[in-house]
Amino acid sequence: MYKYNEFDEAFVRERNRQFANQVERRIDGTLTEEEFRPLRLMNGLYLQLHAYMLRVAIPYGTLDSAKMRQLAMIADKFDKGYGHFTTRQNIQYNWPKLPEVPAILDALADVEMHALQTSGNTIRNVTSDHFAGAAADEIADPRPVAELLRQWSTDHPEFQFLGRKFKFAVGASEHDRAVLRAHDVAVQIVKNDAGETGYKIFVGGGLGRTPMIGKVLTDFLPAKDLLPYCEAILTVYNTLGRRDNKYKARIKITVHENGIDEYRRLVDEQFALIRPTFSGVDQEMLKEIEGHFPAPTYINAPLDAYDAAYEADPVFRAWADTNLSAHKNDNYAIATISIKAHGETPGDATSEQMRVMADLAEEYAHNELRISHEQNVILPHVHKSNLPAIHARLKEHGLATANFGLISDIIACPGMDYCALATARSIPVAQEIALRFDELKLEHEIGELKLKISGCINACGHHHVGHIGILGLDRAGVENYQITLGGDGSENAAVGERAGPGFAYDELVPAIERLIKGYLEVREDASETFIQAYRRLGSAPFKAALYPDATKKNAA
Amino acid sequence: MARKFTPKVVTANDLLDGDVIYLTATNEWSRDHADAQLIEDEALAEERLAHAAGDFARLVGPYLADAVAGENGPEPVHFREAFRTRGPSNYNHGKQAEA
Repeated sequence: MYKYNEFDEAFVRERNRQFANQVERRIDGTLTEEEFRPLRLMNGLYLQLHAYMLRVAIPYGTLDSAKMRQLAMIADKFDKGYGHFTTRQNIQYNWPKLPEVPAILDALADVEMHALQTSGNTIRNVTSDHFAGAAADEIADPRPVAELLRQWSTDHPEFQFLGRKFKFAVGASEHDRAVLRAHDVAVQIVKNDAGETGYKIFVGGGLGRTPMIGKVLTDFLPAKDLLPYCEAILTVYNTLGRRDNKYKARIKITVHENGIDEYRRLVDEQFALIRPTFSGVDQEMLKEIEGHFPAPTYINAPLDAYDAAYEADPVFRAWADTNLSAHKNDNYAIATISIKAHGETPGDATSEQMRVMADLAEEYAHNELRISHEQNVILPHVHKSNLPAIHARLKEHGLATANFGLISDIIACPGMDYCALATARSIPVAQEIALRFDELKLEHEIGELKLKISGCINACGHHHVGHIGILGLDRAGVENYQITLGGDGSENAAVGERAGPGFAYDELVPAIERLIKGYLEVREDASETFIQAYRRLGSAPFKAALYPDATKKNAA
Repeated sequence: MARKFTPKVVTANDLLDGDVIYLTATNEWSRDHADAQLIEDEALAEERLAHAAGDFARLVGPYLADAVAGENGPEPVHFREAFRTRGPSNYNHGKQAEA
């Protein structure tokens, strides 16, 4: 894990000191809200419906037990005993009080964390594959590159007042677990035919009101060119991007309106200008950063305990079959801890659960934890012999739900239960869908399914790339939910298509149930997933399941 | 004919804890929607909003929200404003927990 050097430490402390002073001046009336708002946003502090919200960055989703315990401490001391993990690998506290925020930021700095650039028109928290460093299929650990980008983008003077927010993601395998193609810029670590490591760069992806899949800017960028090339991308956007209309200001619109070829030409031109100004110190820094991310010192132990538990305990077996993923070391597994127990709020963990996960990481999993954009917590390095003990402990704390990748593993934004921008609620919809499919005992039979819910058009819940997407809207003063079908956030990225008229709050869960039962009827066999069946058959049978009355009318 | 004015209340969030607050007829800020002044005149609504804006040292983001007279005082019209009188639906937090 990256360790702050003296510069990092001094920088974060100084920023906290400045913000503490700004808070003081807001409270004593020296600053108006208009003056204070951009300052608080630079430090991740929002005002939502019922209270302030502090968004804390978890760079590329990586935590250790000390950091996780501090997040738990903050939840207890300054909030209501829980935190909400988000699709951007952040944690949000929903009830901080303004005078206490500087103390929270100091507590974060004590464990080398911050809330800088988690809001505002800047480069936001750099996200990455939550299986980074552990996945069997990765070319390299993507986190050093993510950390380099974080350092470059934090307080970068040229990019503090962009036209809009700007999101980077970094991945390192063909199978995309980081939704690369829905980011403003995405970096995929690749190898060329000569076996050299470099980067494939995507640009202009994004969700929100105008969803777009990122386009390839270059198939192979030599490793040493990463920062000047990214800087060229940003500089072109910063000068060419529109500022006349907030909704046209994201880079996806700039790329779309100018065309990817023209955008590439401008980037190449800019790159030629600034490449010589990079002396290579960035590459020395990257080398040093890589030293912070060593592979774990693997243990050698017999697997008997795992085999025996797998054989004897059907509950453990179901969890192992569902929540474990292939590790690059055959004797290890990547364990996903679902924080989506049926009926609970997706992405929420209590302080007690945070401490349990911290303990498990420390005792059994090389002291590493990850937060996924799918709002779960990962133990990336677990020797299989430790899995039964981990599972037993998780069960005691409501953390052993075997639903990773299934219909109840729902991404949901906070929606109108918290968010000031929301047009409808998301959380209760997610809770009710999860409870209903648990009651039907169907979710394992349904198999892999990505259901994602956003409570407004800004699409924080990634509904556009859900196999089933749900968008909550306000229709004449009543909550109404649109369903999209066929979206995909993986390497086969696609934006879902709207299925038809929206559903009232009470009609939504029955509609999803009809949709799923329709899928179970038309799939070839249990191995054909929802998205595969959708691609094979098109939308017609799914729409027929959603709107049986319309189908009857047409047939009459 | 002039458009009929929908009655309003002035609402904002408290500067220190962010809780939802309402402007009363006596220039107090109450945490209870029912205490709000129900404003039935457009010019008065603008005047009350301007008054609220002057109180910036103790509140954030004042605005006018539609409301309707109820048994115990003004009640919200839109579901968003109704949520603001209670708190989130997933936990017993916010105003509903204090009631």
